[in-house]
Amino acid sequence: MEYLSIIFQEVYKILFLLIPVLVAVAMIVWLDRRVWAFVQKRQGPNVVGPFGLLQSLADALKYIFKEIIIPASSNKIIFILAPIITMTLALIAWAVIPFGEEQVLANINVGILYIFAVSSLGVYGIIMGGWASNSKYPFLGSIRSAAQMVSYEVSIGIIIINVLLCAGSLNLNDIVIAQKKIWFVIPLFPMFVIFFISALAETNRPPFDLPEAEAELVAGYQTEYSGMMYAMFWLGEYANILLMCALGSILFLGGWLSPIDLYPFNLIPSAIWLIFKILFLFILFALVKAIVPRYRYDQLMRLGWKIFLPLSLTYVVLTASYLYYFNLLPKI
Amino acid sequence: MKITRFFKTILMIDFISGLLIAIKELFKSKKTINYPFEKGKISPRFRGEHALRRYPNGEERCIACKLCEAVCPAQAITIESTERADGSRKTTRYDIDMMKCIYCGLCEESCPVDAIVQGPNFEFSTETREELYYTKEKLLDNGDRWENILAANIKTDNPYR
Repeated sequence: MEYLSIIFQEVYKILFLLIPVLVAVAMIVWLDRRVWAFVQKRQGPNVVGPFGLLQSLADALKYIFKEIIIPASSNKIIFILAPIITMTLALIAWAVIPFGEEQVLANINVGILYIFAVSSLGVYGIIMGGWASNSKYPFLGSIRSAAQMVSYEVSIGIIIINVLLCAGSLNLNDIVIAQKKIWFVIPLFPMFVIFFISALAETNRPPFDLPEAEAELVAGYQTEYSGMMYAMFWLGEYANILLMCALGSILFLGGWLSPIDLYPFNLIPSAIWLIFKILFLFILFALVKAIVPRYRYDQLMRLGWKIFLPLSLTYVVLTASYLYYFNLLPKI
Repeated sequence: MKITRFFKTILMIDFISGLLIAIKELFKSKKTINYPFEKGKISPRFRGEHALRRYPNGEERCIACKLCEAVCPAQAITIESTERADGSRKTTRYDIDMMKCIYCGLCEESCPVDAIVQGPNFEFSTETREELYYTKEKLLDNGDRWENILAANIKTDNPYR
């Protein structure tokens, strides 16, 4: 009986995190379309519900009732597994995101490594989907996506080393607390910019949406997918974007800390501050989508390997020497 | 030149100015017309659904001269006529196949008595093909329904004809 109650408690906790995340993903899709439309002087979805807020719900309903088509020549098991993996991996990374000093599902010591590992695994969903479709466009799209995600992960990893040098811990909560004096966005501003751009590439957002470059590859790895399976890819993609925004706000924008540690701002719960920061970063994501053209493939690779990697490496050396010289290294 | 370009790239000047423009556009009023609830302005020359007009006393304008039938490039119009008791020539049949019609407006141009006109209505889609074979009754009914607008449009456009 005791085990059962413990299990139930954990399940409640998980649901308490998972359902808001899923709802947030639905809302964020609406926000993305809306911001994109507003920049182009259109209105975007505004019919379903107030301001079109329920548009994603209506879309989900449509996807559920659509037929799932599995190509005859596809590898059926992997084909079905791919969207499930993408979505699961995008969601389980949320376990270590701290919404407050105590409000974290799994307060593990290597939180940042965990997130990094899980988001690296995200490539597998895409590769599996592209390969199992047994069709040329999905395959090309998945190859591109794999190369892109792997190369930008390298620079994200090195950027994270910068933050870790300043914070002195791999625990996400400790990283947030280390920013009580000053947010890392101020001393590490160039790294924040590179992190933001790499996050765009990591989540296949414009200008790095080469895996699904519709002019060349139809829809990339999603081409053969339909109905609920397509919706799961889509959910996974946006959950990943949200995760990257959350990671960006935790690493650089002080996570759940309030910007000013004064009386009226202290009253606002820490989770709200994190949500504000995530929203801010997401609106930047959406704005960037509206203003930039797509990169060519070689330009993308050049940016990743020849510019971002050396820049972030140099900055690691600079940060480390600065901290060492002025004896500012965090005490562990 | 090269140095300016270098700094432009490093500081992402172009990107940031683009972002500022995007933010500015974000708050401007939108150009969208919420179609079923509000509609765009239509010119008096708009070539929409056809209509056969009548004189104020209720007499049909059409004199069955068949100019429209002759000029119609899609051959969508079919006219048959007889002589009436008073010696005037009137149509017994005036059909327009709305699916053949290319909405060129030549019938309206050719009509000597402004009988066949194209009105401002463009929302006449139907569920079956048969409903788009317009007969004389349907066209006359259209004329009665839209007469006010049709007459006003012809009047506004008259100086330019």
